[in-house]
Amino acid sequence: MPEKSPRMAVSRRRFLGTVAVAGAASAVGDLDNKALAAPAQPVAAKASALAPSAKMAAAETSAPATEAPLMGTPTSDFMVDVIKTFDIDYVAANPADSFRGLHESLLNHGGNKKPEFLTCMHEESSVAMAHGYFKIAGKPMLMLCHGTVGLQHASMAVYNAWCDQVPIVIIGGNDLDAARRPPLVPTYHSAQDIGALLRDFTKWDDMPVSAQHFAESFVRAYQLSMTAPYEPVLLSLDSGLQEEPLENRDKLKIPRYVPTSPPQGDSNAVREAARLLVTAENPVIVADRLARTPAGMGLLVELAELLNAPVIDQRNRLNIPTTHYLHQTGRGKVLIHNADVILGLELSDFYGTVNTYIDNGENTRFPKTKAGVKMISISSRDFYLKSNYQDFQRFQPVDIAIAGDAEATMPALIEAVKKALPADRKAALEKRGEAMRKAWAETRARTLQAATYAWDASPVSTARLAAEVWAQIKDEDWSLVSSDRMISGWAGRLWPMEKHYQFIGGPGGYGIGYGSPAAVGAALANRPHGRISVNIQTDGDMMYAPGVLWTAAHHKIPLLNVMHNNHGYHQEVMHVQRMADRRNRPLPNGPIGTQITGPNIDYAKLAQSMGWWASGPISDPKDLAPALKRAVEVVKAGEPALVDVYTQPR
Amino acid sequence: MQSIKLASILSAAAVAVALTSTAAGAASAEHGKTLFIQKGCWECHGTQGQGAVTGPRLAPDPLPLEAIANFIRNSTGPMPPYRREILSDADLGDIYAYLQSIPKPQAVKDVPLLNQWASKPK
Repeated sequence: MPEKSPRMAVSRRRFLGTVAVAGAASAVGDLDNKALAAPAQPVAAKASALAPSAKMAAAETSAPATEAPLMGTPTSDFMVDVIKTFDIDYVAANPADSFRGLHESLLNHGGNKKPEFLTCMHEESSVAMAHGYFKIAGKPMLMLCHGTVGLQHASMAVYNAWCDQVPIVIIGGNDLDAARRPPLVPTYHSAQDIGALLRDFTKWDDMPVSAQHFAESFVRAYQLSMTAPYEPVLLSLDSGLQEEPLENRDKLKIPRYVPTSPPQGDSNAVREAARLLVTAENPVIVADRLARTPAGMGLLVELAELLNAPVIDQRNRLNIPTTHYLHQTGRGKVLIHNADVILGLELSDFYGTVNTYIDNGENTRFPKTKAGVKMISISSRDFYLKSNYQDFQRFQPVDIAIAGDAEATMPALIEAVKKALPADRKAALEKRGEAMRKAWAETRARTLQAATYAWDASPVSTARLAAEVWAQIKDEDWSLVSSDRMISGWAGRLWPMEKHYQFIGGPGGYGIGYGSPAAVGAALANRPHGRISVNIQTDGDMMYAPGVLWTAAHHKIPLLNVMHNNHGYHQEVMHVQRMADRRNRPLPNGPIGTQITGPNIDYAKLAQSMGWWASGPISDPKDLAPALKRAVEVVKAGEPALVDVYTQPR
Repeated sequence: MQSIKLASILSAAAVAVALTSTAAGAASAEHGKTLFIQKGCWECHGTQGQGAVTGPRLAPDPLPLEAIANFIRNSTGPMPPYRREILSDADLGDIYAYLQSIPKPQAVKDVPLLNQWASKPK
């Protein structure tokens, strides 16, 4: 006899638990039943794995064919109603039974529109897709997963999003009622508190236990996620709650979402910062995640031009056009050294900005700055961080610390600078501006000269790679949806990046496995705008979860993937070499364990197998142009394309 | 401290003498190219010593042999010193010969792909 549900007289959960147990028992007693046999397949080789146990087979294969139809509206339909009050275009997920109720409601009740389901092959990819998507679209994607094994897969990508201050609304399915949930697999996949896994690097999580609770928690989750500093949030969603019939729909209320204004820095502190900036002889502005929205870049340009102060862009966002005369990133070292005032805007590592560290076995450190330099910080990190993970970096004392969102504080700072600027500074500022224009041109000349070295080399130089790609996209509306850190920054050093979507920074937490899925997510956000999305894709990162290639093909997401295939986890190649040299011990066979050779991976075939147009590998730079040209045509036609290039290490 | 500096200078001088005689003798650019890969130089500097964010450019027109040798033997920077046990003077000389053999690149004006961008800022 089934047990009586302690919560509801009519309980979907009670019913399902009964069916599952009964089904399992039935299957155990009828192992030879043809219903357990696999569907007809082409002639297959003899299975090499052990057959599953009867219990396992039953749990994995018993179909809910005898379920009675649910009376009334499922609670998950209401959950979809809640979700639909937001402008959420997509939900990324690898399917899992712990959210099957919501999944079905999204398709049937929601019509698979806003949000539309994106079939993902790894939860890490789901999150990283949402990560890249936000940095173009400016709004969160929803992500669904198993609350246990799915979140375990997803956790690294969530940490990246946390470090990169990117909002993602994550729903983890969980089956809380131990007395009711099906045995074996669903019970393995349940936990008391799934939020514990991510709590160190999510802004907020909750476990709603009723429909009304879900409505309020979802709105709160979205609102907190989208309040600066943006961060991922998590809802633990009981599978039983999803599947229960809804009661009193007319009494349920979906709270209205009102975006929270970002926190602005204290006006007195802003005035003091302005006073320091206008009187400085060599002010330097350093920006990292300042440009939280597309408006950020324009605000920084306005401030920099008022002061004619050089800007060092640390490039976790595109903070200033690379063509602007005050974009002086290439001169960062000398500018920091000569600065008398440094303004740091949303720096993830102020300490590292003004101090040198040398990995020479003695951990040598010394200031990059001269004595007496004044430092100003405007950062949301001054009022929001967590303890365990060390993404807040080493502590750096500054002269003025302004807790606030830097972009939201910029208008006030601009006004304060205008008021504080003495009239007699005009000539000095103009002179500084001319010096900056000259310095920009000199840096450009040096950069071009540097690009000539190894120009015809095979493997292909990373400068040549960047120049060849540019030649094929320069007449298009393009968007670089990857970091260029692994190609010595050549894209940023050469390409004119002037729009916020033309560069979106990197993973945030430097967790590998971000690049490929984030690019797919960003390309999805670029798709309605008809932009050519370009991803310079490292080989090691690609192999973390290459199934995202299938997702891109399946959902017809146009993306140009150019493989930066240097055949290794190159950072680690150098680290192991460094250890050997430091210890005075040779590596007769190279840094074993860091290289991706023997066999070489054929990325073109890998992509082709998942529905991509692909070409390569290419090792002669003369072969690049025709392959890239054809690939761009494919992308313009709305499909993904990949060109595999054997490259220099960096 | 003075004695350390003196030792360093003497060491560098000895290396330079040894390398100069090696380079003047049978230094092999071809062997040096192989060593440049085997010893891991390419990892940070690129296969043609062109440089990257991970290591400075070494070629073409490498610094004088004495300067490079002194740095390789006595580096205190991110690149650890390569001692004779893992890089002999003869091998170092061959690597230097390889760096010397790398031709100068074309001028920027002669590379169409490097003339796609404005030379002045906005």
